[in-house]
Amino acid sequence: MKQIYFDNTATSFPKPPGVIEAINHYLMNIGANPGRGGHKAAIGAGQIVFNTRKKLAKMFGLENPMHVIFGYNATDTLNLAMKGVVKQGDHVITSSMEHNSVIRPLNELKSSGIITLSIVHAKADGVVDVNDIEREITDKTTTFVFNHVSNVCSCEQRISEIGALAKKHNLILIVDGAQSAGVVPLNVNKANISLYAFTGHKSLFGPQGVGGLLIADDFDYKRIKPLKQGGTGSLSDQTVQPGFLPDCFESGTMNIAGIAGLSAGLDFINETGLENIYQHEKNLLKYFVESAKSNVKGFQTVGYTDKSINVCSFFIKGISVSELAQVLSEKYAISCRQGLHCAPLAHQTLGTFPNGTCRFGFNIFNTKDEIDKATMALAEISKKINTKTL
Amino acid sequence: MSRQIILFYSTNQAMWAADVLKESDIKHKMIPVPRELSSDCGYCVEFFDKSKEHIDDLLINNNVEFDTIIKL
Repeated sequence: MKQIYFDNTATSFPKPPGVIEAINHYLMNIGANPGRGGHKAAIGAGQIVFNTRKKLAKMFGLENPMHVIFGYNATDTLNLAMKGVVKQGDHVITSSMEHNSVIRPLNELKSSGIITLSIVHAKADGVVDVNDIEREITDKTTTFVFNHVSNVCSCEQRISEIGALAKKHNLILIVDGAQSAGVVPLNVNKANISLYAFTGHKSLFGPQGVGGLLIADDFDYKRIKPLKQGGTGSLSDQTVQPGFLPDCFESGTMNIAGIAGLSAGLDFINETGLENIYQHEKNLLKYFVESAKSNVKGFQTVGYTDKSINVCSFFIKGISVSELAQVLSEKYAISCRQGLHCAPLAHQTLGTFPNGTCRFGFNIFNTKDEIDKATMALAEISKKINTKTL
Repeated sequence: MSRQIILFYSTNQAMWAADVLKESDIKHKMIPVPRELSSDCGYCVEFFDKSKEHIDDLLINNNVEFDTIIKL
């Protein structure tokens, strides 16, 4: 039975063929380390890295490609952003829809006595009211940290309004773009985002192990303290870390094969069209929810509205989400993720803690035919629950 | 004829400079940094047929950060 892959929120699959070809080409024909030698292969590797910076800068509206910093994933660069900018005594504001990639580092900073933290509660649809954020601002507030799109229900925060609020109060806005990069068109500068963390392996179609941080053109990068020091291939005669971009934040050999794959993923997005990707995924989500509501007894969505983008959290009355995911996998070859999705606060907000939900995350490669098969599977499971034959 | 070479603090900036020169149709090539110029382990950009002043302005206008332009 052919696998139906609906776990794109965790990581996208399949990857476009160009991504695999680009990784293969780098490993087979280039293989060198950029900046660690002047030979042709090192220059070739450097060109891959630079071209990828340039593509990312263009996609997110940055003028300076040196403001694109590579890391390993969104968690990695969220840690750099948050721990890099806060100072002793700062007050930080975040939301109740955050992934553990945001809330765990913030709680660590809080328990270490470095920051105080306010968590603004989102409404029932998962979206935070900007007025509620403004009410939390004190004279100690320096930083906002908000996710752009939820990994639990794909609601989109009003990030431009939050950006305008940050600008009004002269605050740093850090955005977790793990779920939005490659789906939601965004201009980092125009949205008044200071720092935008992304991962390469989700909707940007790269492999695992590459991500990054985008620094707004007008944001003074020296406000971010590097968390790591080491070899950069630059100023090798000096024993202290270089102070310039991007080297100050990129110590150690990077995941060049991953960056090569990410670069091809960006090409795929540009060829397909970001708007087309967004619309395709939104259409599939709507199609699935309407179809499941009509055909699956006891089907209940969580946090779904007509503004949800590409993820549906749901459960079926009478069966645990873990058993549901197991049956879907073993009997129907449908891959999805059950549980709390590393976002306990979001599930508390949506009223599904601690049981969690079953999550379908769609991408550009999914089809209505796959959704029809999944809906039929859910209908069959639901029928068996009701006749106690599961 | 003397050679003209742009030196950088960062090989990432060297890549960017090469890209700016390419987009401006200026003949150039990336080469290892001559040992007598720097103890750095990366590369630099040699350019042809343009004046030092022209390249200086072009890079500054594009916000490319570089160390210096040297004539050998």
